[in-house]
Amino acid sequence: MTSLLATASSATFPVLPALLVVPSAGALFILFLPRTRKDLIKLTALIFSTTTGALSLWLLSEFDSDSQSGMFQFVSRQSWISDFGISWSFGVDGISLFLIILTGLLFPIAFFAVDPEHNERSYFAWMLLLEAGVMGVFCALDLILFFLCFEVVLVPMYFLISRWGHGNRAYAATKFFLFTMAGSALMLVGIITVAFLHAKNLGSPVTFDLIQIAESQTIAQGTARWLFLTFALAFAVKIPIFPLHTWLPDAHTEAPTAGSVILAGVLLKLGTYGLLRFGLYLFPEASHFFAPVFLTLGVVGIIYGAVVAAMQKDLKRLVAYSSIAHLGFIVLGTFALNTEALQGSVLQMVNHGISTGALFLLVGMIYERRHTRQIDELGGLQHSAPLMAAFFTVVMLSSIGLPGLNGFVGEFLILLGTFTAHRWWAVIATIGVVLAALYLLWAYQRVFHGPVEKENAEVADLKTKETLVLLPLLALIVFLGIYPKPVLNRMENSVKALVVHIEEHVSEFEEPVNRYSQGEINSKESEKGHD
Amino acid sequence: MLDLVWLIPVFPLMGFLTLICIGRKTGEPASGWLATSAMAGSFLSSLIVFVGMLSEESENRQTVFTLFDWIPAGDFQVEIGFLADPLSLTMCLFITGVGTLIHLYSIGYMHGDPNFSRFFTYLNLFSFSMLILVLGDNLLLTFLGWEGVGACSYLLISFWFSDPANATAGKKAFITNRVGDWGFMIAMFLIFFNVGSLQYLEIFDLIGSNEIAQTTTTFIVLMLFIGAVGKSAQFPLYLWLPDAMAGPTPVSALIHAATMVTSGVYLLIRVNPIMVEASSWSTGLIAWVGAGTALFAASIAVAQTDIKKVLAYSTVSQLGYMVLAVGCGAYTAAIFHMVTHAFFKALLFLGAGSVIHGMNGEQDLRRYGGLRSLMPVTAGTFIIGWLAIAGVPPFAGFWSKDEILAFAWDKNPVLWFIGLFTALLTAFYMTRQVILTFFGEPRYSNDSDADEIQPHESPRTMTFPLIVLAFLSVVGGLIQLPFSSSTKWLEHWLEPAMFHNETHLHLSGLTLWVLALLAIISVGVGIFVGISTYLKEKIDKQIFEKPILENAWHFDSTVSKIMGGPGFQAFEAITKFDKKVIDGAVDGTGQFVKRTASLLRLSQNGLVRTYALGIGVGAVGLLIWFLLRTTI
Repeated sequence: MTSLLATASSATFPVLPALLVVPSAGALFILFLPRTRKDLIKLTALIFSTTTGALSLWLLSEFDSDSQSGMFQFVSRQSWISDFGISWSFGVDGISLFLIILTGLLFPIAFFAVDPEHNERSYFAWMLLLEAGVMGVFCALDLILFFLCFEVVLVPMYFLISRWGHGNRAYAATKFFLFTMAGSALMLVGIITVAFLHAKNLGSPVTFDLIQIAESQTIAQGTARWLFLTFALAFAVKIPIFPLHTWLPDAHTEAPTAGSVILAGVLLKLGTYGLLRFGLYLFPEASHFFAPVFLTLGVVGIIYGAVVAAMQKDLKRLVAYSSIAHLGFIVLGTFALNTEALQGSVLQMVNHGISTGALFLLVGMIYERRHTRQIDELGGLQHSAPLMAAFFTVVMLSSIGLPGLNGFVGEFLILLGTFTAHRWWAVIATIGVVLAALYLLWAYQRVFHGPVEKENAEVADLKTKETLVLLPLLALIVFLGIYPKPVLNRMENSVKALVVHIEEHVSEFEEPVNRYSQGEINSKESEKGHD
Repeated sequence: MLDLVWLIPVFPLMGFLTLICIGRKTGEPASGWLATSAMAGSFLSSLIVFVGMLSEESENRQTVFTLFDWIPAGDFQVEIGFLADPLSLTMCLFITGVGTLIHLYSIGYMHGDPNFSRFFTYLNLFSFSMLILVLGDNLLLTFLGWEGVGACSYLLISFWFSDPANATAGKKAFITNRVGDWGFMIAMFLIFFNVGSLQYLEIFDLIGSNEIAQTTTTFIVLMLFIGAVGKSAQFPLYLWLPDAMAGPTPVSALIHAATMVTSGVYLLIRVNPIMVEASSWSTGLIAWVGAGTALFAASIAVAQTDIKKVLAYSTVSQLGYMVLAVGCGAYTAAIFHMVTHAFFKALLFLGAGSVIHGMNGEQDLRRYGGLRSLMPVTAGTFIIGWLAIAGVPPFAGFWSKDEILAFAWDKNPVLWFIGLFTALLTAFYMTRQVILTFFGEPRYSNDSDADEIQPHESPRTMTFPLIVLAFLSVVGGLIQLPFSSSTKWLEHWLEPAMFHNETHLHLSGLTLWVLALLAIISVGVGIFVGISTYLKEKIDKQIFEKPILENAWHFDSTVSKIMGGPGFQAFEAITKFDKKVIDGAVDGTGQFVKRTASLLRLSQNGLVRTYALGIGVGAVGLLIWFLLRTTI
């Protein structure tokens, strides 16, 4: 059955396991390097992460975007704990493809951009382990494998915050760890129950294979709804969805710059990706049933995140709260359950990673120079650092959702699709577009505009290295704003397949499409023809 | 030659990209000339396409030129493509024409500014966005240009960002416009939901379908109108425009008078097939908002003392005329006024800039006076601009305003009267401005200790554009003369883009003559009162310069108070809620666990006898429980 569902890949090289193995091997290798050879350690970390990035790009070139089924490619399976039906099973489709590439690109950039202040060896080892875990989440097609990777991610992040973070880092790290751990504890129960119920209902041996379980949908409606909630809670904490968000500002603010970049750029997507893969795909009926709840929480997140962001006094906290608003859009688009909104959501995951990643890098650069993130201690930086101001402006406009830059495309598709499905939610969510301009422009004004005084006058402009770090992100911001087609095309079939999957398994559900596509509207000419 | 339409925006785009890469090296004045030639190239391309279009039959004057797919997702498809038709080309011609002149002027005006290149980089980017706005063949591409010009406007208003007031003005402009954009976006969603496309020609094909209820089209029009109210500075979203004068004066001329602020009007005219399907109360609302804004802003202009503020409120007022025309279905009249207004308002702003330049940055009308002989070219051209905007025949403004007033009369005489009274006020405040600036005694060297101001005429790069614009302000009316059908050239030219949706006047020739005569009389009264008050000083100026008018009816300050007061407090309350309630609950849970744990920890005291006691009590308890169970 599985062979029918998963198209065999033409590539014989097991690229997906390699995405986990390479960074893990790097982490291990670094531990054997002498502690004092800082440059060598960094170089090694860069080599391993760049190799992973190159592998993800190779994946892009080999990915078959014409695959009409939209199903998983590059599938590789190895039996692992066969008694319980647990296997090393990986696969990628149009939804996970770009998240893998995002991960592959952001890690080397974060490595290159920021040097840790101390303990380079363990820092890079944890970072590489983190990358392996994230890659695992995006590739895993086995529920246990997925859960393991999802949890493994916590450990390096905990240490990155608690050892290399700022200020109140112990509190932030513990809060982050406990919050997400508590969220996902129930998911393990959910996963085991799902597998055993599936096996019992089919009378077959236990399996944790995502595709088999999702495609057969044997679990009774009521039970499935409860099980969905155990998954959804874990993802809701991770994303985070209001009101489970308060770990995020603390973690983002206290994490070292590279940690914030990875946290916002990649880790938050584990939750939104999880909602698609283990929410919508695994529990189509329950997702449809609970959609109004999540739509509402998404809209609340958009408005609430923006309002609270506006009032922040710490620049990094402000960006953190803006993430809550942006992630609200992704949740909204996910539960609109139509192709446009879902494509918008996946694209928005990538866009948010790029823009917020760049934003955190810039905030980190300001912090390095001024040793403060307090907005009212900054001011007039455009005088002393015009190039930095220019980069900040573009990234800010992308985050605001200016058409022509990447952020707009995802946001617009989400709102458009949501409007088709549930118009009032979209009407309110669009207010978030106004608020985004409010908090970001206000922050920009207070940091970069106005007269320049004292320490702010001595702030150095971007160094060549920093420019090199930001340029690729800036190029992506512009490119994806003007020509998002390569990305949208590659994900379209997978997203459509997901929608069809929901339609197949939810009797009262039909994809919400516009009236023209429904055939309700005919042109004036053809009407005249009828007369 | 219509295929060359893509060249029009390519020129400023190339200029922008070149300046981004090498602008810092080219510096002054090379960057300015580079940007200006890019605009000139764009103007030439517009002319070529225009000539090409003229040689086509009128039904062939519409081409879509598609470059590439932009956002394809599910049922949603939108391309980067240009719609070349008489409407978009008219816009291109005056945007690039006036734009070239303003670029040229800026070379002189921005002389010596440390950020000379950056200014021209933004100016080219603005021109590119503006051209995308008018040439886009679908609503989303228009929206791209729409937001692009907004962003450039933000960058240019806060160009001199050291002053917090400038920075605030830029931010205010962007955010106020975003409020309007909310409407624009909802309109796009509604249109896509109903007709499955955002491409203009496809929308126009489907919008008249019986399946689409009038309520729907009415809502679409209202939502688009909210967008237009933001961009074209109508009541109540006009608030950003007077503040936008914080930017350099060429920016005020190009963006906040001639081009960007007209894009709301352009948008409504572009979608005229939707407008005609909407119910009449919605178009009526548009007409009333336009007329109301025209009168409201003109009344404020009467009492302003800053030379640019007068022109800013005047722009809001003139945009009100255009919106009134759109509401009356007089699309040609609106475009006509848009074009003539671009000529004379650009002229007036550039003239004002020339005065400010010659007066070392002084903008207060009360500190001018008698500049006529010291700045002859500026004065002469400004006076032409004054006659044009006041509506003195045969200057350009007379013809376009007269046409709008005729349509207003046809729709509702009250609208006509508001327009007429606004014309009187316009003539009055412009007369006031001209006299205070160029006539009377000099008032700038009254205080002895101030730096000696030596007013001087501006360099040729600045006066040449003034002369060209003055010429256009004189003859601009020729493109649409009301005498017979054959003299209404603009109307015939625009016809292919209007799809016969324009309202036609049902007025007799005699009525038209009477209306024109009344308009001339009211303008005469305005000018006469202006001269009597400010030149001859026979009337006390306090009669007109009321504090309430000077303070713009306290509308702006009230809105600011609400935003800064209750609005700010609401935001703060939510933030406090986040900190105390939501995060408090989280920390509370943590504390609860800690406390419970420390209570439980008491039992783990390491004393064997406590444990023994526990075992004993437990055993006895169990025993009792078993006994009770068995006996029952």
